[in-house]
Amino acid sequence: MEFLINLSYIVASVLFILGIKMLGSADTARKGNLISAIGMLLAVVVTLLESELDYPWIVAGLLIGGAAGTVWAKRVQMTGMPELVALLNGFGGFASLLVGWAEYARDKDFAASAYPTFTAFAVIFAILVGGVTFTGSLVAYLKLSGKMSGSAMTFTGQKAINAVILVVLIMVSAVFIVTQSDWALYMIIALALALGILGVIPIGGGDMPVVISFLNSFSGIAASAAGFVIFNNVLIVAGCLVGASGIILTVIMCKAMNRTLVNVLFGSFGGSGKSAAVVGEMKAISTQDAFFILEAAQSVVFIPGYGMAVAQAQHAVKELGSLLENNGAEVRYAIHPVAGRMPGHMNVLLAESDVPYEQLCEMDDINAIIENVDVAIIIGANDVVNPAAAEDEGSPIYGMPIINAYKARTVFALKRGKGAGFSGLENSLFFRDNTRMIYGDAKETITGLVAQFKG
Amino acid sequence: MELILFIFVFVMATFLGFELIQKVPSQLHTPLMSGSNAISGITMVGAIVAIRSTGGELGMWLGFVALILATINVVGGYIVTDRMLAMFKKKGK
Repeated sequence: MEFLINLSYIVASVLFILGIKMLGSADTARKGNLISAIGMLLAVVVTLLESELDYPWIVAGLLIGGAAGTVWAKRVQMTGMPELVALLNGFGGFASLLVGWAEYARDKDFAASAYPTFTAFAVIFAILVGGVTFTGSLVAYLKLSGKMSGSAMTFTGQKAINAVILVVLIMVSAVFIVTQSDWALYMIIALALALGILGVIPIGGGDMPVVISFLNSFSGIAASAAGFVIFNNVLIVAGCLVGASGIILTVIMCKAMNRTLVNVLFGSFGGSGKSAAVVGEMKAISTQDAFFILEAAQSVVFIPGYGMAVAQAQHAVKELGSLLENNGAEVRYAIHPVAGRMPGHMNVLLAESDVPYEQLCEMDDINAIIENVDVAIIIGANDVVNPAAAEDEGSPIYGMPIINAYKARTVFALKRGKGAGFSGLENSLFFRDNTRMIYGDAKETITGLVAQFKG
Repeated sequence: MELILFIFVFVMATFLGFELIQKVPSQLHTPLMSGSNAISGITMVGAIVAIRSTGGELGMWLGFVALILATINVVGGYIVTDRMLAMFKKKGK
């Protein structure tokens, strides 16, 4: 039986590998997801063949979890996607923590393990990484869903506290490996949970795509550690695959911001006041006047940001896009890699509102033709179009690749108010001669423009 | 010896993970993340194994809670990913 189970685990691992590979390409992605789900089903079913299992509890757990997961995933709005992914990720991390803890509860001195010291070490690792993943994802969830301020929260001595926690953690871990005592384990759990909170609190909303994909990688590493606790190869392989591919995605995000992972996680980001002062004034325009300009435009580019998600304006944007097209304009949607709050956030929203695939442009493609664009409409994006990234060496975002919206002939910036972006930076784009501000709720503004076209 | 084999598997899987994902078009970033997130719920296998008659009462409860959470992660993750990819698909034609 043991042989059959392990053989099936190998098959499941192969299915995961194929699934992840296929997820990386547009034509095969949906099939890839299905293949990996089949792998998961296989792994779970053969695990039920293990001896001594307590089936009533297992069935209850599967039913409760399955029902909750199904309802949640079917009900969620596409705009609520980032927080759902964060929350699910946190659950996975916490489960790995519990698996490590349960093994300790079952066998206090790891006498059943052929390598007691190694198992103790693996238990610590599963609890540590799982705990950080859990509370870190929870904070990310609270920030993304607006239940907590999305801005970076910093206080004096923050780094010192983190350092103290790390040192204590290492000491307590050493005690646990030697003595395997209860109090040491509980302390490790508490410290891991605290570390997750303290780690994500100082990270601002705009850096969320990096944090989310990093935590995603972490939940994989936690699963892998849990695999070492119970010596289970499918946990090790699947967890590792997620951990490694998650790191790759994280690095892609960091590159898009021209920052290192260390800088995102530990660099306190914010306006230090060294950046050049912005001169000039913002010029507002009414939707009527904006309509006349749009009506004459030959090519229009939409540049969405987090503000579009907040205002839930994606359907209105698509409607305006279609009207512009019928009016003879060439319409494109330019998407910055870190626009929004999770990797690929804007793509999901625009896909939801049926924007044609061919009209979506990546940053480099749009920058190559931006000089010939008549109107660039910026919808709730800020830092990803801030020219300071290209021009102002004193700016904290200097060097970050941006969509060069300022090179378009006319720029409309849809914005709620006159405030700065998440990073607290003034955006000199809004003060330029070719920029016109349209204040108000993005959805209402776009709907207003749509009405003008129809009327 | 068994331990070395497991570590060998671990190292190979890490390399494979790095090699698997190289250049991903940005519209697939979210599905890739939530799809691989579902895979990390593989820890539900560990939770099932923890729910056994020899596990002691505390171990059982820990395993039970772990199983619920991991199952939510897995089922929710796969469904949400499929929903997203279905949206991409219908306009891909």
